[in-house]
Amino acid sequence: MPAPLLVPALVGVAFLVLPLLGLLIRAPWSDLWPQLTQPQVGQALRLSLVSATLATLVSLVLGVPIAWVLARSTLPGRSVLRALVTVPLVLPPVVGGVALFLVLGRQGILGRYLYEEFDYTIPFTTTAVVIAETFVAMPFLVISVEGALRAADARFEDAAATLGANRWTTFRRVTLPLVAPGVAAGAVLCWARALGEFGATITFAGNFPGTTQTMPLAVYLALQSNPEGAIVLSLVLLFVSLATLLLLRDRWLGRSGAPLA
Amino acid sequence: MSLRAHVVVQRGALLVDVDLTVADGEVLAVLGPNGAGKSTVLRVLAGLLAPDGGRVAIDVPGGELVWDGDQRHVPAHERPLGMVFQDHLLFPHLSTTDNVAFGLRTRGVRKAQARTTAAAWLARVGLAEFGDRRPTQLSGGQAQRAALARALVGEPRLLLLDEPLSALDARTRLTVRAELRRHLAEFGGCTVLVSHDPVDAMALADRVVVVEDGVVVQEGTPAEVARMPRTDYVARLVGLSLLPGTASGTRVDLDGGGLVWTGEEAAGEVFVAVRPETVSLYLARPDGSPRNVWALTLVAATPHGSTVRCDLDGEVPLTADVTATAFAELGLVPGAQVWASVKASEIAVYPR
Repeated sequence: MPAPLLVPALVGVAFLVLPLLGLLIRAPWSDLWPQLTQPQVGQALRLSLVSATLATLVSLVLGVPIAWVLARSTLPGRSVLRALVTVPLVLPPVVGGVALFLVLGRQGILGRYLYEEFDYTIPFTTTAVVIAETFVAMPFLVISVEGALRAADARFEDAAATLGANRWTTFRRVTLPLVAPGVAAGAVLCWARALGEFGATITFAGNFPGTTQTMPLAVYLALQSNPEGAIVLSLVLLFVSLATLLLLRDRWLGRSGAPLA
Repeated sequence: MSLRAHVVVQRGALLVDVDLTVADGEVLAVLGPNGAGKSTVLRVLAGLLAPDGGRVAIDVPGGELVWDGDQRHVPAHERPLGMVFQDHLLFPHLSTTDNVAFGLRTRGVRKAQARTTAAAWLARVGLAEFGDRRPTQLSGGQAQRAALARALVGEPRLLLLDEPLSALDARTRLTVRAELRRHLAEFGGCTVLVSHDPVDAMALADRVVVVEDGVVVQEGTPAEVARMPRTDYVARLVGLSLLPGTASGTRVDLDGGGLVWTGEEAAGEVFVAVRPETVSLYLARPDGSPRNVWALTLVAATPHGSTVRCDLDGEVPLTADVTATAFAELGLVPGAQVWASVKASEIAVYPR
């Protein structure tokens, strides 16, 4: 192997791996259990899991149809639509949080009516957490499912049509089962992204233990007052991320091509 | 006549404009080279593609149903048809039985009933024990038979076959073709078969329509088309040399400049068709009876089973089949000068 490639590659790997090793080395292993069983930790973990799962469900319900429109419809301006939908991928999350606040906040463009008509405010509630996470994570699902739809053989849909299936039946009984591995992979990516969400959440939902303080927020807060606690919380998130990655590789990504081929 | 279709579609630079009629119980083969527009015609008949013009209508008890034309387009899923695709397109996530039952389920048949009917159809195509298998666990021939059962299970008015045998290996193809022939004979609706293989078309169809560059260039029974091709494409398919010329009695002056004597008399513009196995080759000008003797140049020679197919050029361009032994004895190489002769009585002549 040529050194001009090998050396930077090794440096790069070290750069990516060393911080994680540091986390493991500095972890207060003897003190782990008491730290983990603190009520604050359990609360944050539960809130994180629940809100990330809800955000993933919302993303599935809204994102799969978006992916279908992008991949299958002949709607004009689809490329513009795709660009709009994927903006949150590159947008700094904190900007997303500000944008959500301007629209859904108590004085926001839509939020004002919610407040005036129904006396309901979204910001600084668990709902806000789910909305912020969905905003940031849904594009991952859309991109993944759209890719799966494009890769799936559309002629199966022709075959379904000649067998009397209208487009909705075809979607439910043929298209969706065919792209199920892609949908699952997208959902896992989306869930992982929602779990790690920080910027949009703290901006739009605030940082209230029990209602809006998710794991990443708890880590950030703990780092100022209780660094050991921050390390323990980080370990939990690292573990969840690694588990997700393994799940993706073994259960879906590794085999996704096989059943379709 | 039961299916009447005038299909007009612009596909890029190709304008497809094809007229078809198919009677109940009749099998019509649409034969043509790749890119001639025959699959496009089939997609229009299926309702998968809206034509740019023309009209597609099918007779039903008490009148006719307009599928395309008169400002309407009936989508595929509302047409009572079945379609078999080249690579079967069985749904990979469903069992074979559920694949066959699919068309019944979408048309409102209850699940248990649909599965019973599907199983009966699988038995009819010889796949009774394979119902629980996934399509990926079937061989190519089995999958294509399951696809046929799936297309026929709903008792369609129109059966569309898109190159149904071309993805199969030679042996499987033979058996599936024979079975397909039997099922088509039992099928009471209209059948349109698209193929680029003349053997499929000849073996399965009652009538053949040849489409080239988007238009019909010849129509007739398989025997007529095989005996009297009207274009070079068809002639090549059925293995004949086709020579246009002008006849006067038994003498035909070819458009290319040569002269051919025929057994039958004809007049005016004609085609002359020569079967390769009737052509004899000699190194020296042969003596004796044949009136048709031409000096030609060997352009190419390809082994073809126990014979060698020789492409000859000159004033009467011909293809000749000679035995491998004869070819070796003649010691021919491309570029060699040969004498070719054909008995006048072996040459077909028919009006253009």
